[in-house]
Formats: sequence, structure tokens, C-alpha cells
Amino acid sequence: MANKPFAITLKPGTSLANLTGSWRSSRPVYLNRLPPCNNACPAGENIQGWLFHAESGDYEQAWRVLVRDNPLPSVMGRVCYHPCETSCNRGQLDEAVGINSVERFLGDEAIKRGWKFDAPAASTGKKVLVVGAGPSGLSAAYHLARMGHQVEIQEAGPLAGGMMRFGIPKYRLPRDVLDAEVQRILDLGVTLKLNTKVENIEQSMQLGAFDAAFLAVGAHIGKRAMIPAGDASHIVDAVSVLRSMEGEDKPMLGRKVVVYGGGNTAIDVARTVKRMGGEPLIVYRRTRDRAPAHDFEIEEALQEGVMIKWLSTIKQAEAGEITVERMELDDKGFPQPTGEFEKLEADSVVLALGQDVDLSLLQGVPGLDVKDGVVQVTPDMMTGFPGIFAGGDMVPSERTVTVGVGHGKKAARNIDAWLRGITYVPEPKHEIATFDKLNPWYYSDADKTVRPMLDIIRRQTSFDEVQGGLDETNALFEARRCLSCGNCFECDNCYGVCPDNAVIKLGPGKGFEFNYDYCKGCGICEAECPCGSIKMVPEDI
Amino acid sequence: MSFQPVKFYQTGTYTVGNRLLAPDARSVQAGELRSNSINSGHRACQGCGEALGARYAIDAAMAESNNQLIAVNATGCLEVFSTPYPESSWQVPWIHSLFGNAPAVATGVAAAMKVKGKNNVRVVAQGGDGGTTDIGFGCLSGMFERNDDVLYICYDNEAYMNTGVQRSSATPPTARTATTMPVGPEPGNVFGQGKNVPEIAMAHGIPYVATATVADLRDLEYKVRKAMKMHGARYIQIFVPCPLGWGSASHDTIRLARLAKETGMFPVFEAEHGEVTGVLKIRNKQPIEDYLKPQKRFAHLFGKHAHPEMVAHLQAIADRNIRKYGLLDEEKAHG
Amino acid sequence: MLKQIEGSKAVAEAIALCRPEVICAYPISPQTHIVEALGEMVKAGDLTPCEFINVESEFAAMSVAIGSSAAGARSYTATASQGLLFMVEAVYNAAGLGLPIVMTVANRAIGAPINIWNDHSDSLSQRDSGWMQLFAETNQEAVDLHIQAFKLAEELSMPIMVCMDGFILTHAFERVDIPTQEQVDGYLPPFDPRQMLDPAEPVSIGAMVGPEAFMEVKYLAHAKQMQALELIPQLAAEFKQQFGRDSGGLVRTYRADDAETMIVAMGSVLGTVKDTVDELREQGHKIGVLGIISYRPFPLKEVRAALVNCKRFVVLEKSLAVGMGGIVATDVRMAVSGTGLKGYTAIAGLGGRNITKASLHKLFLEAEQEQLPPVTFVDLDWDVVNKQLEREKQNRHSGPIAENILYDKGMSSSAKFG
Repeated sequence: MANKPFAITLKPGTSLANLTGSWRSSRPVYLNRLPPCNNACPAGENIQGWLFHAESGDYEQAWRVLVRDNPLPSVMGRVCYHPCETSCNRGQLDEAVGINSVERFLGDEAIKRGWKFDAPAASTGKKVLVVGAGPSGLSAAYHLARMGHQVEIQEAGPLAGGMMRFGIPKYRLPRDVLDAEVQRILDLGVTLKLNTKVENIEQSMQLGAFDAAFLAVGAHIGKRAMIPAGDASHIVDAVSVLRSMEGEDKPMLGRKVVVYGGGNTAIDVARTVKRMGGEPLIVYRRTRDRAPAHDFEIEEALQEGVMIKWLSTIKQAEAGEITVERMELDDKGFPQPTGEFEKLEADSVVLALGQDVDLSLLQGVPGLDVKDGVVQVTPDMMTGFPGIFAGGDMVPSERTVTVGVGHGKKAARNIDAWLRGITYVPEPKHEIATFDKLNPWYYSDADKTVRPMLDIIRRQTSFDEVQGGLDETNALFEARRCLSCGNCFECDNCYGVCPDNAVIKLGPGKGFEFNYDYCKGCGICEAECPCGSIKMVPEDI
Repeated sequence: MSFQPVKFYQTGTYTVGNRLLAPDARSVQAGELRSNSINSGHRACQGCGEALGARYAIDAAMAESNNQLIAVNATGCLEVFSTPYPESSWQVPWIHSLFGNAPAVATGVAAAMKVKGKNNVRVVAQGGDGGTTDIGFGCLSGMFERNDDVLYICYDNEAYMNTGVQRSSATPPTARTATTMPVGPEPGNVFGQGKNVPEIAMAHGIPYVATATVADLRDLEYKVRKAMKMHGARYIQIFVPCPLGWGSASHDTIRLARLAKETGMFPVFEAEHGEVTGVLKIRNKQPIEDYLKPQKRFAHLFGKHAHPEMVAHLQAIADRNIRKYGLLDEEKAHG
Repeated sequence: MLKQIEGSKAVAEAIALCRPEVICAYPISPQTHIVEALGEMVKAGDLTPCEFINVESEFAAMSVAIGSSAAGARSYTATASQGLLFMVEAVYNAAGLGLPIVMTVANRAIGAPINIWNDHSDSLSQRDSGWMQLFAETNQEAVDLHIQAFKLAEELSMPIMVCMDGFILTHAFERVDIPTQEQVDGYLPPFDPRQMLDPAEPVSIGAMVGPEAFMEVKYLAHAKQMQALELIPQLAAEFKQQFGRDSGGLVRTYRADDAETMIVAMGSVLGTVKDTVDELREQGHKIGVLGIISYRPFPLKEVRAALVNCKRFVVLEKSLAVGMGGIVATDVRMAVSGTGLKGYTAIAGLGGRNITKASLHKLFLEAEQEQLPPVTFVDLDWDVVNKQLEREKQNRHSGPIAENILYDKGMSSSAKFG
């Protein structure tokens, strides 16, 4: 510049000498907030994390991130009641992201492509016994195996899957899907012993020289209700009906089948009966909005022609008929008898009133605490007996497949720690990325992808899967509806909107960092970050 | 919509970038190698819309001209905060002459390029609304009618900010400025005055006229790039909120620009040879109050001595814009 | 080549020979014929490459020239009077930015009252703008000064006004020797700007400069003009070598060797002055002439040297510093300060009033006899002036001065018919 006119001509870009960062009274920082979906997932899946990869079409990587937490995505994508979607922030924008459908797509894609789990860590030399091959047991076995432990599952039944096989009808969960995901776990080197009922856990542990055990025997004993019944009446429990659907001998229930209860199991039985050509009638003592079954399941059942009698209790069962009493809800919402009775045709009555746990294997184990028919466990899933952990339906829980899978993971982590003589300390949870943290303007308008449903005639007459899956194009679309709440998805907004060029773009996958030499602290980056991944914090002045 | 929305890529149409987009489909601002025509260290206030708008626009012009660009600047905030001796923020060849002559200086630069045979070197002139719609208006009109090969960009923050927030012919009715104080029976700037320069520009029949805001980067870049592909006189007016002059939070700069567009207060459109050829539709129409309330310059319209009739008048102006330019989709307009 | 040609046309041809690349044109008498002629040459393809821009005002004219000059193009415009005043902000700016623009000022009075005729009020009002100002005595000199001006401006990177008397020169048909293109090309090299707007080497031109450096910037502009005092005679000498003519320089004297009375003037009036001096010389008066060509920079040393041996001098100027007296005279008096010389100021020819030999005779003789007041208004109609002064003394609402004067002089229609 020496030869340029003094002062009135300046060298380009020299304002870099002026460090405007000193103007700042608060500074932006990047942070990860916990997406509500992740927070809501009973299995502790990093949903936003795997959707991130699905968004770019890298389904294998998405699946790999998914199965870090849950080895059964294809099952999950069918049977999970997806609390993730209930809490999804996109629900406040248009409709929740179809997380469940993308999960199923990834699970099915993995089966189709034959993707295998990453190889287990180096062997620890420890042996763990898992009792029960249901969702919780399989989950625990999977995680323990990946941690390098030697795992043996002992299952009382003839096939693996627990309630996934013997409780959930085929039209919701085709068995080839279940078989494939179980086999992939076994491929990790997990030993599965079928038809092996553990009668005494201490004995079984000693016999096999196990260092620890995880009990997940589930809850398979159908609850009975005291219904005055004639000798000729035909009363069975729902669990038995569903279990017998898996065997050679299908249950003989007659044409008119009354299902007693308002939970998901009642719905499953009624829809099963419909498919076998019967005429199911659900009798439930309260109203639809108070029924424990998920409303979409009730809706699907009604679509298929299942009849439901709300506000009714069975007072008596005789051959071919039952007597029901009409109920009324009191001001607290409890059903109260009215004294009005009605007779209904019923070739059989199926009780779907919940299940109890068979705790016989625990007899004689000292220190165990059993309350309300379930085993009490500490927050790290250990029973009162050191080294024996428990999870799934046999411990206090919501009794869903997803909760069971979550228990299995949590137990595995604690068992692993216990075996190493340490305590497992979970990472502290980030603050939740609530809707108010987002700037939803930026998201493109995109309605949820509707999954195809089987046509109604085939739903009424066959056990074909009711709900179809997504294909590659709409799975990608659905994944891209994710708002990536609380986690940077490299939209470049902060980099673009800074009036001071004080955001440095580090390149694909590397995110951004602030250049505090120049950041004036205006806060536009925070305000315009779509996903709430920036926070302004006061400067120490 | 005057520009093609990006095929559904989560946010691709609205955010600056998106990792899922092919590089050539990304905005200029998303690029790691964008020109940063106006560099860090400038002395604009926190959250300055003009600093942002200028970088958006000039970077886009740089990209489109293959970095063969000369910028002319009118006196004003942009000039003062970018080039106080001994530091310049500009990374492009840049000249500032006077408050009211940027269009003419640009004409001179363009003439020089033509006569020197440097046909690849393009010329952009820029100024604030005062420098454009008031004091520089004669030169602007002259440049337009001669159809000189200049893209003129007006950064519209609706008042003379550099001199301490005085009214310009771009100041909206009711707005408080230092020369339209919120006192008397008709507080703030009066109704029935002001100048619609984009429409006046159109009346010159010049090849291209457009409006844009700092809230719609892709639309802005599309318009700058389109303008740069053309020759002759072109005019783009970019709406750039001013936290200082408007009494708004520094982090609300983009939000207010968005609201100006979403309320219909600032119609975003483009025109070729005097005819409107495209509008940026309102996505989700907002009431005018949502735009006014975050700004202290409109504070006297609300509160204890509120002026609902003036708010209604402003709403009517916004609604008229919506009708006139067709800013709402049919179904939304009737819905 | 010798041509009988209108002054404006001659200047236009000279400008064209200088290969200007951008010409900004806005009509105002009496410079209009220059840009008209140039416009025709560009349009006909005789002057190429050149952009001829019909701007919307003088402010734009100078602004366009600022842009084109800063972008490296040799830039030219012409103006006068109100036009010059309308572009003042840009005039100062061009100088401040150090842009070597050449502008013809066809000197003309400034209104009100509006008046299209010649005096020097317009360019002299821009005395401190930072522009150099060269005054032509003849159309030949106007032609020559323009050629020198481009070289001088570009050498120093400072703008120049070449001043020529409106109508008296611009519209006068005289014999002028128009040089050839080869001659001009041999004298004036292509424009090599000190700096320019160039994407290959970006600079920011026109920074805001605060108290910490502003004075230095201003001093540097002053220093440039001081350099011009050396450069102008040098360029005149080179010009003579190339073109074989004495033209330009800082000052020029006429019959001054033994003069006891010196007449100092600028521009075309020097012709009448010289004629008058010739006549007075024949009558034995020891009288001579000092013509100032370079008004800015003002050649203090040369003026002093030219006057130091006389006994008295009269500055005859076509400009008035209202409330003070002479404009040029002030500078001349400064040049001779300390010499004890007797100096007179004669204001003449404002608004195009004829400066006659008879009036000059009278003026010079009175000066020789030292009977002049310090400031003389040549050929002022005292009758009219006194009447108006009297009228105003009696009546605050005495009406517009210009109309009253016309009435008094019997020149207005109301005087004739009212």
C-alpha cells in the first residue's frame, strides 16, 4: 500500500485487526440437547442419532447406531408403541416423524442385506446366565455378548421370543422377522438352550459356573377373575389363547367369543378370533378413553369388525351365554354397578385381565424382595441377591417389548460393571430440546408418510401383516422430516447468519466453532438455529 | 415462489445450507470458500442487518461474476462501519465517493470497464435507503433511464441510521424516528407519505427489479445471481432490520425481516422490464402486531395510550400489499 | 493544422486528440458546444474507444467521471456557472480522492440574477476545492492547455479545470492550430493511473479519515499543487519542443521589462489589456502586463518576480469577493507582500459586461497617477446603484433589485409600457 494514496485508500480485509469480540456481553456456545424422542424411548435409543444417518441415505450406518441400543429394530418397528413419536417436537409443527416406520425400514433392510453386528469386544472370561429369551433376555444377552462376556440363555419354551412370539399375533409381527433378529443375536456367540426351565436359579448358576445371572422370565400366567360360571361354560385366559396360536392345535373357542378386558392383549385376542372366523365381542368395564389399550389398536380392531361393549362387567357365565351388568362411571371415573343386566351369546369367554409372573425359580434365594407379584430391583436392576439381576415383565414396569429391551440393556451395563467390580455411572442427561428451543420456520413443509395398510378383507381373514413398511424413497423422506432437535445437523445457518463472519465451518461431519475474536454476541445464531443447538451464556465481565 | 424451492431436503429451501444438498445446490453463504466480501472486524452494531445483507448480496455477486466485481458505496452506515481509516473490511475493489452519487459513480466504473474491454468485470453499487430513495434518487433515476450496466442494491432499514435515526422516504407510517417523534395526535411518521422505489424503478422499464430480505437467503441469492446474469440497469432492494434504529433485540434481526415478509408489510417480488414476474409467497400469514410489537419504534401504538386505529391502518397496508402482489396462495387467501 | 474554427469546436478536437475514454455531458451554456462536438465524434465512431454519457445533472457528470477515473479511464467533462456549483460536492470529492479528471469550465457568472455571460465567479468559487485551475487567454491556448492538462493531472493524480471565458472564447471563431494525433500522442502518454479499481488487486478507495490523519491527507494535496508549480513550466517547455509554440506555464508577462505600472489579469481580457497597453506604450507610458495562467496552484514566486520591479499594479479581475473586493487581487497582494508596492483592484466585466479599451485607458491612467481607490468597479452605473440604495433606505419593501435596476435603466418592459 506504500504507493497508494495515504489514508483514503486502504488495504482490503484489514479490519481483521479490529477484534470486535470485546464488545460481547454474552457468548454463543454449541451444545447438544436431548431430543424428546430419545428421552422418551424406553429402550434408550439414540433416535435422532440414527435418523441423522438415515437422512443421508446411509441406512447401514443408521442401523449400526440404532443397534448400539436395541438389537431388535425390525421387531421394534412393528410392535413398539413409539412414545418417541408421542413426544416428537414435529407433532407441534405438523405431524410427528414416523420414527417407528423408519426403524422398521432399517430393521428390514438389515435382514434383507444380511448386515451383522460388529464383532464382540475381547472376551472377559466371565459367564452370564440369562433366563428367558424374551425381549429383555435377548437384549441383555446381546449387550453382554458385545461387551465380551460369554452368555447362555436358558428358555423354558420351545422357541425364542417370549411374548414377542407367544403374546403378539403374527399379523402384527411376522415370525420370520423375529427369527431373523434372534438369530443375529445368537450369531454373536450367545448360547440358547430351549425347553430348559430354570427351576432353581442358584443351582443353575452353580451348575454352569455362571458369574452372574439376568432373570427375564416374563409374565405368562393369565390372571383369573372370579366369575360365577356354570360347568358348561368355556372360560380360558388370553395368554393361553395367544400361545396356542403358535402351536399345532389352534384353540377351540366357538363362534361367539367374548373377550374380557380393555388392554392390548384383549384387542390382540379379539382380532385373532376375527381372523379365525369367529365373532369377537370385547367386554370392558370402563369407556374407550379409559381403556389401557392403545387407541389405534382399538380403531384397527373396530375397522376389522370387532365389537366392543363398553361400561360392562361379566356377572355370570353359562353355556352359550353370559350375563353382563351395565356400569356407570362415578365422578372419580370409577365404574359403578347399575343393577341393569343383559344376556349375551358367548360360546367362550377369554379373560384378558393381565398376567402374573411365575416366580418359582427364585424359591430359596435369600435376600429377594417380591412385592405385588413382581421382583423388586435396585435402580441398577440387581435383585436383593448379589449377582442376580432381573428385568422385563417380572419387575415393576409398563410391560412392553420396548421397556423389556431397555431393561436388558440397562441390566447388561450394570452386570458388566458388577463383573468388573465397578459401578456403572450413566452419563448425565442433557437438558431436553423442547419445542420452544427450536426455530421451526426453517423446516420444509412435509406431511407424515402414511404406511400402507392391508386391505380390510384380508385383515379380517388372514394373519398377513396388517401394516406395511416404507420403501427406500419414502423412508428417506420420513427420516428427513426429523428436526434433529438439540443436535446440530450442519444446516449452515449459524455460519450464514452471522453478520460478523464469526462462525468457522470445520467441514463435513466436523460442525462449526465460534470465532470469539469477532463474535459480538448479537445472538442471531442462537435465534436462527433451527434445532436449538446453540445457547447464549453470559460473559464473565 | 420466485425461486425454485429445493427438493425436499429437510430444511434445504430455508436454511443457509444443508449437508444433504449437492454442492452446486447449496447457497453461496454455505460455502467454506465464500468471498466474505465484507470481512470480520467491521464496526457495525451487534445484529446489524445491513452488514449481513451486504455480505449475502456481494458474496452472491462475487460468485456469479467469478470474483470479477467492483463495488461502489454511498455514504452511510455500511460505508462508515466498513472503512474507518486505517482498516477496511472490504475484500473486493471498492470505492466510496459521496452520499448521493453512488449510482453515477457506478455508471462511471461500468463505462471504464466497457471502454477498457473488461467486459467480464461487473459493477455493483450499494447504499442505504436514505442514500438511495432520497439524496441519491436523481442519480439513481439517471442510471436507470440510461440503462447503465450497474446492479444497484439498496439496503433498506427504513431511516437514516448513520446520522441518528431520522426519517427517510422509506420510513413506514407511525414509525418513531428522531424527526418523527411519537408525540401529538398523530404520533410517529405520518400516513400518506413515502416512496415506493422498486415500483419507480419498474416504471423506468429496466431489465430487472427485485425486493428481498435477509430472512430469505436463497431468494436473495437467487435474485442477485439472476441480476448478475443480466446486463443493463438492475435494482434490488433488500430489507435489513436495524436493531439500533428500530429498538429491537439484536438477535431479532432475521426474525423481523421474516415477519415483515410474512405479514405482507414488505412484499417480496421480482419484475422484468417493468412487469412483476414472481412473488415470494407468504408461508404462514401473521398479524401485523407480531411484526410491530418487538420494535420500540412502534411502541407508542400499544400499551396505555394505544392507537389501535393506526395499527389497523398498517394492517390494511399489509393486506393491500397481499392483494396487490398476490402474496398468499389461493387456498390460504380464502382459508 | 490551421483552422478557422469556433473555440468550443477547437477544444473538442483537442480533447478528442487526447484520447479521452469517458466523457460526461450535461448541457449548460456556454460549454455545450464542446460536448456536443465530442458526442458527435463518438457517435460517428471517430473517437473510439470512448464512452459518451448523457448524464442527468452536473452532479452526476462529475460523479460518473469520479467512477470512470477511479476505474482507470481517462475522464473528461465540461461545465460552467450553476453547473459547476451543482457539482461542487463531487468536485471536492474528485480532488480529495486524487482523480486526474480534466474539466473545461467555460467561465460564466453565477446567479441570481441568472446570467449566462462571462465572468470568473464560477471557477474562482472552487478556488479551495483542491483542483488546479489554468486560464486560457486565447482559443489556441485553450487547445494547448487541455493537452497539457491531461499530462499534468495524470502525472500528479490531481484534477484540473481548464478555464476559458464563456462566449468570448467558446463561441469565437478564430484561427487555431489544431495539432495532429501523432503530435499529441508523442506528448501525452496513455493514462497510467496511480491506483485503480481492479479485481486483480482490490483496494478500498474513499475511507473515512478521522482527526488522526485528515490534516496529513489535506497537506499532501497541497504538496501536490506545490509540485505542480515546478511541473507546469516543465510541461510547457516540453510542449514547446513538441508543438513549437509557447503555451501554458505559470505566468506570462508582456512589455513588462521597464514597466512602472503593471496590469495583472487572467483569461481573454488580456487581449484587450495588451491592446490598451500597446496604445499607452506608444504614448510613452511605462506600462506592462502580467497574465496569470495558473490560478491554482498560485505562482506566488513568479508573480512577485514579475511585479517586484514596478511601482504599482492593477489587478483587473472578472470576479468579486462580495464584502471584500478582489479575489485574484488578494493572492497577488500576498505575492508582493513586504515590497511596499501600491496595488489596486479593478472589478470588471461581471456578468459579461463589455470591458472596453476606453474604460481600460481611463483606468490605467488613473492608476498611473495613483488616483484610484483601492477597489474600483469598472463602468459601474453609479446612478442606478445610488437610486436603489436610496430607495431601500426609504422603503424596506422596495422590490427586487434586479428588476428595479432594469427599470431605472429603462430596459424593462414595465419601464417601457408601465
